[in-house]
Amino acid sequence: MFRPRIIPVLLLKDEALVKSIEFKKHNYIGDPINAVRIFNDLRADELVFLDIQASKENRLISLDFVRDVGEEAKMPFAVGGGIKTIEDIRAIINAGAEKVIINTSAIQNPAFIREAANYFGSSTIVVCIDVKKKLFKGNQTWMLNGSVSSGMTPVETARKMESLGAGEIIIQSIDKDGTMTGYDLELIRTISETVAIPVIALGGANSITDMKKARELGFASAMAAGSMFVYQGSKKGVLINYIEKTEVNFE
Amino acid sequence: MQNITIVNYGMGNINSVKKQMERLAVNVIVSSKSEDILSADKIILPGVGHFEKAMENLQELNLVDVLNDFVLVKKKPTLGICLGMQLMTNFSEEGNVKGLGWFDAEVVKITVDDTLRFKIPHVGWNTIDQKKESDLNVGLNSDSSFYFVHAYKVIAHEVKDILHSTVYSSEFTSAISKDNIFGVQYHPEKSQDIGLQLFRNFIAL
Repeated sequence: MFRPRIIPVLLLKDEALVKSIEFKKHNYIGDPINAVRIFNDLRADELVFLDIQASKENRLISLDFVRDVGEEAKMPFAVGGGIKTIEDIRAIINAGAEKVIINTSAIQNPAFIREAANYFGSSTIVVCIDVKKKLFKGNQTWMLNGSVSSGMTPVETARKMESLGAGEIIIQSIDKDGTMTGYDLELIRTISETVAIPVIALGGANSITDMKKARELGFASAMAAGSMFVYQGSKKGVLINYIEKTEVNFE
Repeated sequence: MQNITIVNYGMGNINSVKKQMERLAVNVIVSSKSEDILSADKIILPGVGHFEKAMENLQELNLVDVLNDFVLVKKKPTLGICLGMQLMTNFSEEGNVKGLGWFDAEVVKITVDDTLRFKIPHVGWNTIDQKKESDLNVGLNSDSSFYFVHAYKVIAHEVKDILHSTVYSSEFTSAISKDNIFGVQYHPEKSQDIGLQLFRNFIAL
């Protein structure tokens, strides 16, 4: 039976693991490689690493870091942060990642997505669409870690990225980030209805119930979360955790 | 210790295959040289990407005859992974080109009834059903989940070649085997403990 993936998303800032709220207020979580070891033991389906400062600082995520993850990780993992060229992607894949996640340069240079998909195959290229409501304009796609609006709606972005050859889309709600109040189901459903490629839900998950809703009501192919997998309890004590696979029965 | 060569024809991430093989105490090399292929005890044909491009690369590297010699004449154990499995067939819709033709089979785009629930590519963990007995099945069961990433699937025309099947909207062939040739659509190198078990079985052949 097909089992939708449940994916911890780990944010990097100054080579440390952090967790944000609405893309701000970064809280220190710990050492990323240690987190990989714990997720190995917990049999996580897949991992995502995002260097949230890379694009703003006009640099690539550290290849040494990707190699360190590659040495440890027993599951597939994807990385994002400042990826702009075919050479960047080749270096990241050679360092051991399965997939790359592209956000800012997908908006700034859409032709790059086509070039990358042709070169590496669609399944290697994931586009992350960061979504925030803009006053009087509704949902908009943002870039540069949520600091600049693209002027496109998420539906327009998703359709465009699919046509350019993206293999998967992560749809991330900035408004929901770190709030642990549940996914933006309407947003996820809208994107799932727009594209035929897998859609990964991100932003707001607090429980397996939220994830089931993202699957059953939002038709997400995979459910990703940050806070849920690094915090424990109402006081949000830092504790790397994962779901018990036996708790998950989606279909 | 046996020598396993991972055939490097420029398609996709082969580091993870190499890393898993190294865990299993075999001499593993990654190479596109014919002598490294022909001197191996076993080979692995990995691959992610476009079928047509893959066949072009194999031809440019002059590897088609070498592979045919290893597989069909020397009859040594060969494992194709993902695109590597698909290349073992007669023909693919992805580029409308001929494959290596070791199996009477073809490669077509995945189709689904419910396009909302079942996106393409098929990405994620899925179980396998064993369709026949094989030394590759040791330690696997109907709960064994493997990691899949593919937009095309193999249609085997000979039922006896079907080793595993998997359901994604509908049933498809997720592994094939014939004599010394094995192909798996999923990625054992990404499938944690059960993937390692499958590699162990291949090494034990």
